Amino acid sequence: MIRQFGWNEFEIIVFAIRWTLALSAIAFVGGGIGGLIVALLRTSDSRIGRGVMIAFIRVFQGTPLLMQLFLAYFGMTIFGYNINPWIAATIALTAHASAYLGEIWRGCIEAVPPGQNEAATALGLRYMNRMRYVILPQAARIAVAPTVGFLVQLIKETSLTSIIGFVELTREGQIINNATFRPFLVFSIVAALYFIMCWPLSLLARRMERKFARATTR
Amino acid sequence: MYDFNFAPVFASFGHLLAGAAVTMELSCGAMVIGLVVSVLCAAGKTSRIKPLRWLINIYVEAIRNTPFLVQIFFIYFGLPVVGLSFQPDTAALIALVVNVGAYGTEIIRAGIESIQRGQIEAGIALGLKPYQIFRYIILKPSLRTVYPALTSQFIFLMLTSSVVSVISANDLAAAGNDVQSQTFASFEVYLVVTAMYLVMSSALSAIFALIQRAAFRYPLSR
Repeated sequence: MIRQFGWNEFEIIVFAIRWTLALSAIAFVGGGIGGLIVALLRTSDSRIGRGVMIAFIRVFQGTPLLMQLFLAYFGMTIFGYNINPWIAATIALTAHASAYLGEIWRGCIEAVPPGQNEAATALGLRYMNRMRYVILPQAARIAVAPTVGFLVQLIKETSLTSIIGFVELTREGQIINNATFRPFLVFSIVAALYFIMCWPLSLLARRMERKFARATTR
Repeated sequence: MYDFNFAPVFASFGHLLAGAAVTMELSCGAMVIGLVVSVLCAAGKTSRIKPLRWLINIYVEAIRNTPFLVQIFFIYFGLPVVGLSFQPDTAALIALVVNVGAYGTEIIRAGIESIQRGQIEAGIALGLKPYQIFRYIILKPSLRTVYPALTSQFIFLMLTSSVVSVISANDLAAAGNDVQSQTFASFEVYLVVTAMYLVMSSALSAIFALIQRAAFRYPLSR
């Protein structure tokens, strides 16, 4: 018996957005904290810290997120935990976002003119204060546009968690499609919902990028 | 403590290698065709025909703001409804080309915009034909400018291609799924498959660096 695609089915798909948004928020916050640590270590004076972060970034940017999700998912049983898609998705997306945000923010920290750091050192500021009051505020201005751009990528990438059994927007679309067998309609709606989430952010990122480019051209 | 057991994984290593070959074929095919699509669309965006520019803009924005997974579901499950059905590997290639074409268009457009107006005027003054101006004055220098962005997009494409395993294409991730369901050594299988992806992405970036040295060796004029 094939279910009809009606208003009810549409509503179920629309409400699945909340899980996509929740996942994106978790990954963004986790990735933000991890990314800051990665970026700071990557630009630090410690050779070991830099080396470890270079390896971390290379591994997570050089392998598919899908495989990272599978490893987090099946890896949980190895450490004796029950398989839980929420935790697996959180771990994999956080590590993934940390690597990407860390690499983006490293570029932003390095874009701050070195004279700023030297002047702060000459004034006797310690590392923490140099970062907190001199370098990071200036790097943050450069970082806003690419960070919003990455957020779009992250929202789209949460769709991969559906493959490890997480019911978010894409998975809900698949479930409804299996029941109603209207693939063209269902996946058009799912795509449109992602578009509604991502497009405003893309436009915002582009506008900020342009504004920033205008402000910094001599 | 968990006992790692890699023996069954390496027993079916040949299957994984065959999958890796399909992944490389798919991604290299998508890179080449996608690059052509990107150049055509980027050229179309500079044209004077407004509807053409709109169409390209809609294509680029639609693809860049929806997940690849949904795009491949739409192509593989949705399009047969309107009479377009494909084999899994063909659907995978189409989805990858469509996807990378949109990102490539944006990247190459940025490169084209970086060409100074005076360069083109100089080309006109020298009596070059429009296609010569596009080929030598606009395209090559802009490709050189955006080469790093373009190649990292290509590597990202190769990693993204792992998603085509969901429509039972025969790529490396799908081979990993096969071996996983035969051996139940899930973690070991995906650890090996992940390492293989890492090797492939490192190899690609080394190859791209060689191409860069060969193709764009001429000095920048300053």
